[in-house]
Amino acid sequence: MAQTSAVLFFSKPRLQSLLDELRTRGYCVVGPTIDQEAIIYDEILSVDELPRGWTDEQAPGQYRLRRRDDDAWFGYVVGPHSWKKYLFPPKTTLLSAEKTANGWEFIPRADDSTSFALLGVRACELAAIRIQDRVFLDGPYQDPLYRERRQRLFIVAVNCTQAASTCFCTSMKTGPRCEQGFDLALTEIDSGFLCDVGSDVGQDVIAVCSAVEATSEQQQSAASARQQAVDQIERRMDTSDLPGLLLGNLDHPRWKEVGDRCLSCTNCTMVCPTCFCSSVTEIRDLNMDRVDRERSWDSCFNPDFSYLGGSLVRNDTASRYRQWLTHKLDSWQNQFGTSGCVGCGRCITWCPVGIDLTEEVAAIRETSTP
Amino acid sequence: MSRKPRLAVFKFASCDGCQLSLLDAEDELLAICDRVDIAHFAEASSDLQPGPYDVALIEGSITTAEDAARIRRVRLDSKFLITIGACATAGGIQALRNWANVDDWVDSIYPSPEFISTLSTSTPIAQHVHVDFALHGCPINYHQLVDVLVALAEGRQPRIPSHSVCLDCKHRGTVCHVVARGVPCLGPVTQSGCGALCPAYDRGCYGCFGPSVPANTSSLLNKFRMLGQSPDQLVPLLRNFNAAAPEFQRAADQLTILRSNDEGTPS
Ligand code: SF4
Ligand code: SF4
Ligand code: SF4
Ligand code: SF4
Repeated sequence: MAQTSAVLFFSKPRLQSLLDELRTRGYCVVGPTIDQEAIIYDEILSVDELPRGWTDEQAPGQYRLRRRDDDAWFGYVVGPHSWKKYLFPPKTTLLSAEKTANGWEFIPRADDSTSFALLGVRACELAAIRIQDRVFLDGPYQDPLYRERRQRLFIVAVNCTQAASTCFCTSMKTGPRCEQGFDLALTEIDSGFLCDVGSDVGQDVIAVCSAVEATSEQQQSAASARQQAVDQIERRMDTSDLPGLLLGNLDHPRWKEVGDRCLSCTNCTMVCPTCFCSSVTEIRDLNMDRVDRERSWDSCFNPDFSYLGGSLVRNDTASRYRQWLTHKLDSWQNQFGTSGCVGCGRCITWCPVGIDLTEEVAAIRETSTP
Repeated sequence: MSRKPRLAVFKFASCDGCQLSLLDAEDELLAICDRVDIAHFAEASSDLQPGPYDVALIEGSITTAEDAARIRRVRLDSKFLITIGACATAGGIQALRNWANVDDWVDSIYPSPEFISTLSTSTPIAQHVHVDFALHGCPINYHQLVDVLVALAEGRQPRIPSHSVCLDCKHRGTVCHVVARGVPCLGPVTQSGCGALCPAYDRGCYGCFGPSVPANTSSLLNKFRMLGQSPDQLVPLLRNFNAAAPEFQRAADQLTILRSNDEGTPS
């Protein structure tokens, strides 16, 4: 692409022109907004729907919305939703079949016509999308729905200017700076947004914002805003012996201890932006003349998920927790050549009992049997 | 099965809500009648045919000596016995009597208590006879009931998901009440079935579908205690429609021990 080296600047109200332009081009713009006492992702028509002046306070098993003492538009971190719901929807009908006079007629899934523009994608979330690209698009079998939506995706990334206590992207080398995989990447400062352009379409679209080249003072304040996020990250995960550490400690007593606390509730896998498991069920209507093949998000914490050959392979919570952590951090590497964790901290915040994977890894390392 | 299976519905101590959901399945009812022969269903028809039955649906709990004997006769008459709803599977809301003095209650409620003859407990059907399949919920989900009936007619396993209510919350995009508001919710220890209805309408889960398979009540209750909930608040949460389900019963009993310890502690 024709990379513009210049960093651009535009004033805050101009963001509305960007939204309008994206909508004119046929995108459904989804972004952060306040709902159910949290900052979630949903369709956004106006910049007034952004969580202006709000932030999120996070700790293991705890999330609270708080008023900020300024009017920042993107002054929060990451919330309960992740962008995966747009590329890999929670429920999809993959195929249907109907009985006709000439036998069964198969009805393929209708071509998906939705184009999404994501507004406010963080660096760890860009990394999560790259990981799901490998899962759904690499190799001989591609997921057609993911492919269709991914090809048409437009990404407006927003650099973090603060971090939550649960964030550890620096350990996973995924953030907090947005470096690749976006069409536009913004950094918010008091007077407006600095903007890096990452694609030709991005270049094209940004024209509506009447952006000008950023001054060096503006670039300075953007850099220090971004540095603030780096400085706030306290949580660490040592990855030097991953992969290997967890698969080498399958009998570690810690699995049983965490299994005693874990609820096997599936929340961690549902909020994780890289977890990709699903179940496919064929649902037949009572008259036996129509079948729908439905796919829905599923989880290795669902006992039934390991039902194989007439029994449950992972029949206790400790073995289910072990499956999650060894897959995320260890066997994922062999499978996809990356870690399955981008350090977003969602699984820590949204675990009802606050189980923290960084603590679990550290505990296993401490008394690891080499 | 080559012929249609013969179905019977029996009521014990219950509100009728679960068996009514069979009648509520208006759109499916005709198709169901094509697949099964409804031989005994007092709510629907006064033509009550005698057994033996291929399938008996049992609603309600055992609260009288007479019913304790009747369920044994039904068992002998039925090839496949399915309990439906919280009363049949866990004793129902009426199992609250298990922690009270029934005679006191009868005296305070009925004008002529001498006509009431009842056991001091309400117990699930499985404590009396062998149960082949249990369908949970207060009330049950009629889509699940329809699937069980069709599965029986087809000779396959019913598809009744056993994951926690939380998974359904996440499918719907509901923000977790425990994490974002510090509100107690039984979802993580409750089996799916309602599609996470209550959390979607601004309240924690009441546990209508009963304990999930891994139901780790002690870990969840620890969390609620940390959120500042007292045993006095938590016991009624567990002693509800599924009070006598073993996991909920044990957890509530442990809380009452904590409560008496708290009371015994000099302040
Ligand atoms: S494992 Fe946890 S921290 Fe890592 S990407 Fe998933 S949700 Fe985020
Ligand atoms: S951690 Fe569990 S739910 Fe997530 S991708 Fe792996 S097996 Fe699937
Ligand atoms: S680790 Fe937490 S969120 Fe994950 S299944 Fe266990 S209790 Fe649920
Ligand atoms: S609201 Fe309740 S059911 Fe829903 S995710 Fe939270 S704990 Fe689970």
